[in-house]
This record gives sequence, structure tokens and C-alpha cells, in this order.
Amino acid sequence: MDVELRGLTKRFGPVVANDNVNLHIRAGEVLGLLGENGAGKSTMMNMLSGLYTPDEGEILIDGKPVKFEGPGDGIAAGIGMVHQHFMLVPVMTVAENVVLGVEPTGKFGYLDIKKARRQVEEINEKYRLHVPPDELIEELPVGIQQRVEILKVLFRSADVLILDEPTAVLTPQEVREFFGIVDTLKKAGKAIVFITHKLHEVLEISDRISVLRQGRITGEGDPKTLTESDLAEMMVGRPVSFTTAKGDAKPGRTMLELHDVTMLDENDDKVLDRVSMTVRSGEVVGVAGVQGNGQTELVEAITGLERVASGKIDFDGTDITYARVRERHKMGMAHIPEDRHKSGMVDSFSVAENMVLNNYYAPEYSKGWAIDWPKVHETAAKYCVEFDVRTPSVFLPGGALSGGNQQKMVVARELERQTKLVIASQPTRGVDVGSIEYIHERLIASRDEGDGVLIVSSELDEIMGLSDRIYVMYDGRIVAEFDNTGGKADRNAVGLAMAGSFEGEAA
Amino acid sequence: MSSGPDLKEVNERMRGLMARTTHGRDDFEDLVIVPLFAVVVALIFGALIMLATAVDLPTIGRSFVALAVGSVGSLSAWSETLTASIPLVLAGLGLGLGFRAGLFNIGAEGQLLMGGLAAVVAGFTLAGLPWIIHLPLTLLIGALVGALYAAIAGFLKATTGAHEVISTIMLNLISYRLLDWLLRQPFIQREGRSDPISKDVPPSAELPRILDFIDVNLRLHAGIFVMLAAVAFVYWMLFRSKIGFAFRASGENPDAANYAGMNAAFIIVLAMGTAGALAGLAGATQVTGVLGRASPGFSAGIGFDAIAVALLGRSHPVGILFAGILFGALEAGGRQMQVSAGVSIDLIGIIQALIIIFIAAPLLVRAIFPWGFRKRTKRVGDA
Ligand SMILES: Nc1ncnc2c1ncn2[C@@H]1O[C@H](COP(=O)(O)OP(=O)(O)OP(=O)(O)O)[C@@H](O)[C@H]1O
Ligand SMILES: [Mg+2]
Repeated sequence: MDVELRGLTKRFGPVVANDNVNLHIRAGEVLGLLGENGAGKSTMMNMLSGLYTPDEGEILIDGKPVKFEGPGDGIAAGIGMVHQHFMLVPVMTVAENVVLGVEPTGKFGYLDIKKARRQVEEINEKYRLHVPPDELIEELPVGIQQRVEILKVLFRSADVLILDEPTAVLTPQEVREFFGIVDTLKKAGKAIVFITHKLHEVLEISDRISVLRQGRITGEGDPKTLTESDLAEMMVGRPVSFTTAKGDAKPGRTMLELHDVTMLDENDDKVLDRVSMTVRSGEVVGVAGVQGNGQTELVEAITGLERVASGKIDFDGTDITYARVRERHKMGMAHIPEDRHKSGMVDSFSVAENMVLNNYYAPEYSKGWAIDWPKVHETAAKYCVEFDVRTPSVFLPGGALSGGNQQKMVVARELERQTKLVIASQPTRGVDVGSIEYIHERLIASRDEGDGVLIVSSELDEIMGLSDRIYVMYDGRIVAEFDNTGGKADRNAVGLAMAGSFEGEAA
Repeated sequence: MSSGPDLKEVNERMRGLMARTTHGRDDFEDLVIVPLFAVVVALIFGALIMLATAVDLPTIGRSFVALAVGSVGSLSAWSETLTASIPLVLAGLGLGLGFRAGLFNIGAEGQLLMGGLAAVVAGFTLAGLPWIIHLPLTLLIGALVGALYAAIAGFLKATTGAHEVISTIMLNLISYRLLDWLLRQPFIQREGRSDPISKDVPPSAELPRILDFIDVNLRLHAGIFVMLAAVAFVYWMLFRSKIGFAFRASGENPDAANYAGMNAAFIIVLAMGTAGALAGLAGATQVTGVLGRASPGFSAGIGFDAIAVALLGRSHPVGILFAGILFGALEAGGRQMQVSAGVSIDLIGIIQALIIIFIAAPLLVRAIFPWGFRKRTKRVGDA
């Protein structure tokens, strides 16, 4: 199936999200779609899947113009979209989720779950998805959940699959498996649109690349001849540096110290097992590890979101083991949360309100019991300019920003404040190359101002590029520590420790 | 970006970001057009129901005329409408504030009863004080008792996780019996009476009628100023104050509120308490402005109608003000409808219920009046 977009335009109030775009999607081909945050990628794909109606222009399927009026129309025409934030029902099984809304029914209209299961199995087999049909969604890792989403659109017999930043939440291993699936789909003659901010991924998997800038297609290219720097320049309009320039760390006093911190989950299993670590002022410490080895819990322990079972946490010489979140915040701890949507922002709050979400009570924003709103608006505008958060106004709801711009909003809020310790969890998730460069610079700037910086990331490149020291977590424990002054840590050794097969050089 | 636009450009961009853009039609549609259509549709359905129950057309016509005349057709109609709206708006403000904080409090009825009774007791026990102290003190005690009563549900939720819907329903039931029992206590019961009825509120604790210089029968009382002040206060609290910010954040995204260091337990108890204070104040204005005493069930379902008012007003103080006046009008007009057209007052209850259904189902209203709305695009599951 071939799909053509002709002259599509979409406006949101004053914002022109898509401006007369033309795009061709062909069967048996992977089209990589790149573009800065807010360039209009998601908007374009939402029009293609029928979720948004274009203001101008038309969509042609195999040469015939079609008109989509609602979300169901896209998939009915064979175009399926997998959104970055999954839309699955956690308490239902895989098979139930897949057939939801298009349930195969028996004679009297009852749900024929056996038939549903069988159909799910068939697709599973055909595209080698390896999804367990009877498991509950909530028990599956993200990578598998994503495949359920893919299964869902295949079940509705989609010939065109739109994948909006599918790899942002995957571990490197899951990315490999995911690429395998994309390959199978392609061979089966499906057309695939793949959106990502990871340039090496587009180069690896796409057959063609289109670049979107400020709502327009500004470049097309052949992945065989292009390099990452070409792509970055096409997207941002200037050369982008992939390595962060930084001098050596000048570590000072101990900012954060964990002694034998242990945390239990609701089944009393250890999710953190006697973790001890230090972060000194003026250094960046990275925590590497395959997702799900206790990094999330480590951050929760440090920031006070979860209670620890035993052990002690000191922040700049003060025992904060049992201190509240607010107290830690007041003492100068910044926290970039790993999942901006879940906890980092309030969708319906304006950009301005989100910019002071955890700082609204501070004296500089207060007038007695009230909030000094003009001051907040001014600050928010300043942060938006500083971090290049693309929004027409600070009064727009945060949820209306593009994914990457939401992330920049959260990062701006945390890094602009006067702090002593920065806890950054997946700080650049969903952010474009240009902004990654800037966020990295700012993290290093925080270090050079004397903050302790702790970075938790599933991107090993990010950890290797920024950290002065690296801890590796495996199964709730710190299994190795590496000195990375001048980037001297051995990437392979770090990788091995992450796999848990090597108890690294204890420092 | 890091390469740094110069200062002038930065200022320019900041000014752009801070310019108040008109919020487009979506808000306007939600806040004004949907409720307006809902009322119209509900009235039409009301007429259809009358038809279905074999009421003839002229009577239907007369009853709608009566509804209009009885609610807004004269000064005395306006006076009745506004008088009825005072407790509805006050209790509705409390409920709306709770909804904003993510609390589905349906205990306004009980809070109103407890607050009202407390005001009556304060009224007659403190008799002798000059009115300038006596009246505010009476209202304040009503609010305080309402707040404490609601705080029980808040406290239960904060400490044990007991859901406020269940606990406030239970507290409502308790309040009915508690009221009956208290009204028979010698301390409260009127001398020489065997039925449950309280002593009278003395004049120095009564909310003065404000239109009696025109006609002594106009019942509108000074509670209307209390109501307007409460609208302003709740607006300030929700949208200007620090604690309101925390209320709203907790209501919209509890995880984010937690992340931001807001104290969930404190917010639950405080929001419940504030809601209860407003419901208690509603009861207090009712007894000091209209009833003059407490008797069993003196709340007359105001606490439940207030839920509808809060929903209809979209939990926005100004919306609640208008919704409360509308419900007050329906009540005043409904009485007239019964008197002059002989139509049952229950029909008003049905119309009120229909309004709520249509408000709660904006898509239905949009489907019935497609030309009234623009096609809208909402942001979904984006990257
Ligand atoms: N519902 C909406 N209301 C207002 N503006 C919107 C809405 N949806 C998108 N926009 C605006 O349209 C522009 C394009 O957004 P879009 O989500 O398509 O970007 P994107 O290319 O997917 O970016 P990212 O890489 O950050 O996800 C942005 O400026 C965004 O703020
Ligand atoms: Mg996007």
C-alpha cells in the first residue's frame, strides 16, 4: 500500500504545526522521520492516522484521495499508529487488549476469547513477536508492551505502521529485538514510518529519511550516504557537537553519601541491596545499568519519594534518611524525574505553572499566602528562552507542548534553580540532538559551579560522555565503580559489569 | 540556545511568551455553550415528559410561563431566586474546591446540617452580644463545625485510605440521626415542645433582610454578601494562593504533586475542611437568614443539589455562582409552577437531573447541536 500526503497543513491557534507538507510512504520500506522537538512529526502522523483532521491538503491511498473524520478511520483504511505512551489496559491480558474494540464474537454476540487467542497466536507466529497472549499487561516489561501495541495494529490488518519514538523507552537489547521485528514487517510488505531522535538508529534501519523543520519537509536523503552529523545539521540548521566539551572535575566536599541503603518492594524483596555511594561537589557521577536493576528505586530513595528499609543517606553533611521530599528540595536538591508524564508535570497546568511546580512556595514567587503570578510568568518566559522550549506562550497548557519540549520544560525548571545537588534521571529522553547538546552543557555547567551531579541513564553514551565517575548497578546492588577522568573508563568493561558477569575494579 | 541570542532579542521573545493569547473557543464552548444548550435541551425534554404524562399543551405552556415569572419575572421572584441560591452557591463552592483537589465529597448535606445546628446553638447561647459581634461569630461557628465534621472524612482518608465517597455518605446518615437526637436535648429543644425543634435564633444573630425597605415580604437577606465574598475567596484560594496551587496539582496528578513535595495527607484534610466550612456556612446562613431555627431535615437536600451546582459550574467559582443562581431560579420558579399551573414540583427535579446529564455528557450535547461547535483536536498519547 502506498500513501501520499499532499500539501497537508495543520494549525493550532497561532502555531503552524505542519505547513504544506508532502510525503510519500511506500510498501516494503522503512521511512525514517527526523526533526527537532516541535517540528511537527507527531502532528503529521496524527493526521495520517485520522486523529487530527488537516486544515488543508489531502491524503491519498494508492492514488485515491481519502478523508479521515475520526480516530477509527485511519486504522479502517489500514494505517495504524503506535503512540509513544502506550494505550493498553494494564489489568487485562495481552489477547484481551489486542482484540479490545474489535472482539471476535460467537453466535450470540458473546466474546469468543478462544478465537481471539488463536488469531493473536497467528500474528505472533507470522511476525515473530514472541508475545505471551495470556499474561497481564502490567506484568510485562515495556519492550514487550510495545510489541503488544504493534500486534494490536497488525490485528486490525494495518498495512502502514507509524511508530512514534518507539525506541525512547527501550533498553539497547530491546532495541535490537525491535529492529528484528521491523525487518520482518518490512519483508512482509508493510510500510513503516519510524520517528526517533537517535540518529544512528535511523541510519541503521531506514530505507529513506525525511527531515521536518518548523512544520516543513526540509530535506530528504539516503541513509547509505548520510552521516549522523549531516542529519543533525539538516535538522537543526547548524553543526551539532556530539561530545560535550568539559574540563577535568575538581571534586570538593562530599555532597551525597549513601551508607548500606536497602529498600524493599511490597513483597519484601530487596530492590536496593546495601547500596553505598558518594557524590562530591564538582563532579558528575553516572549510574549505568540495564533498566530495572534498581536505578529507579535508587533515585526514589535519594529524593525521598520512597522510604528506605535500612541504611543512611547524608546530603551535604545532614542526615536526610527520613527527610521529606520538600525538605530535601529546600536544601538544594534538584530532581529531573525519569518519566515526565507520570510525575514531572501536570498536563492541564500552563507552562508557567509547570515551571514552578515544585518551587511555587519559594519566597521569590510569594506575596504572603498568594503566588506572585507576574513574577512566575516572567521567570517561566525566561526559562523558555534559555532552554529553547518551543511554545507560543507560557499560558499554553504543558500537555499541548511536543514531547521533547515538555522534557525541556522540566529540565529547565530543575537546572535553573540554585542547587547543590542535581539528580538527573534520563535527562534527555525524547529530546532532539540540538537540545541534548545544550542540556549536557548545562549539566556540566552545574558541576563547574560546584554542584554534585548524579546522572542515571539507560544511554551508555550519555553516561560515558558526561560522567567523571561511573557506578554500575546490577540486581539492586552496586557491582562496579570506574574512574572516568578524561574518559578513560573502558566501555567494554562497563558493559560487562552491566550484564552482571563481572565484578569490576572495586575502587 | 547556548550561542546566545543578544539581550534585546531575549527580551523580545520573553514579551511574546508572556502576551496573553486568547484561549480560543474551546474553553468558551465548554464553559458557556455546553451548559446553555444543556439547559435548553433539559427544558425541551421536560416538556416532552409532561406530554407523555398526558398534560395538555396549554398547561405545559402555562407552566413554563410560571417557571419564568416565578424565577425572574418580578422583584419578588428575583428575591426568591437569589435567596434560594445562597446556600446552593456556598455549599457548591466547597464541593467544587474539593473536586479540584481530587476529592469527591458528597457530604455537604451532613456538613450543612451540623454547621447550621451549631449556628443556631451559638445564636441562642450567645444572646446578648451586640449584633456586630454576635452575627459574625455565629456564622463562624457554623463554618467551623462544618469544617470539623468534614475533616473527619479527610482524616480517615489521609490515615487509612478510606474512600471519601463512602465515608461522607455515612457521615450524612449519622448527621440526620444526630440532629434528631440533639434537637430533643433540653439544652437545645424549645421550651414546652415535645417534638424535635430548636430554640429560635435571636434577632442579633439574624442575617438582616436587605430589601425590606421596599417590601417587608422580600426575603433576600445579607447572606448574599457572604456568598459573593465566598466566591471571591474561593477564586483567590484556588487560582492565586499557594495552597490552592497544591490543591489543584494534587487533584490533577497526584504523582506529580508527590514529586513536587506536596503533603498529600495535609492537603486532603485541609481541602475537606475548607469544603466543610463552606457547607457549614451554607447551613448557618440558611438558619440565620431564612429559617430562624433548626428542625429535622432543615437542609432540604441543598447539600445534594449543591453537587449538581458544582458540576454544572465546572468546579469554577464563577461558574458555580451562575449555576447556583440557575438552580435557585428553578426552585423559585418551580414553586410558582406548582401553584399556578398545578404541575408537580417533582418535574423541576427531573429537569435539574436532565441538565446534569447533559452537562456530564458534552458529547451528547455536541451531537444534538453540531452547528454550535467547532471540530476539536485534543492532544493524545504523544511522544
Ligand atoms: N493540541 C495542541 N494544541 C496546541 N499546540 C499543539 C497541539 N499539538 C501540537 N501543538 C504544537 O504543534 C507543534 C508541533 O508539535 P508535534 O508534537 O507535532 O512535534 P514533534 O515533532 O512530534 O516534536 P517532539 O520531537 O518533541 O515530539 C508544537 O509547537 C506544539 O506545541
Ligand atoms: Mg512528538
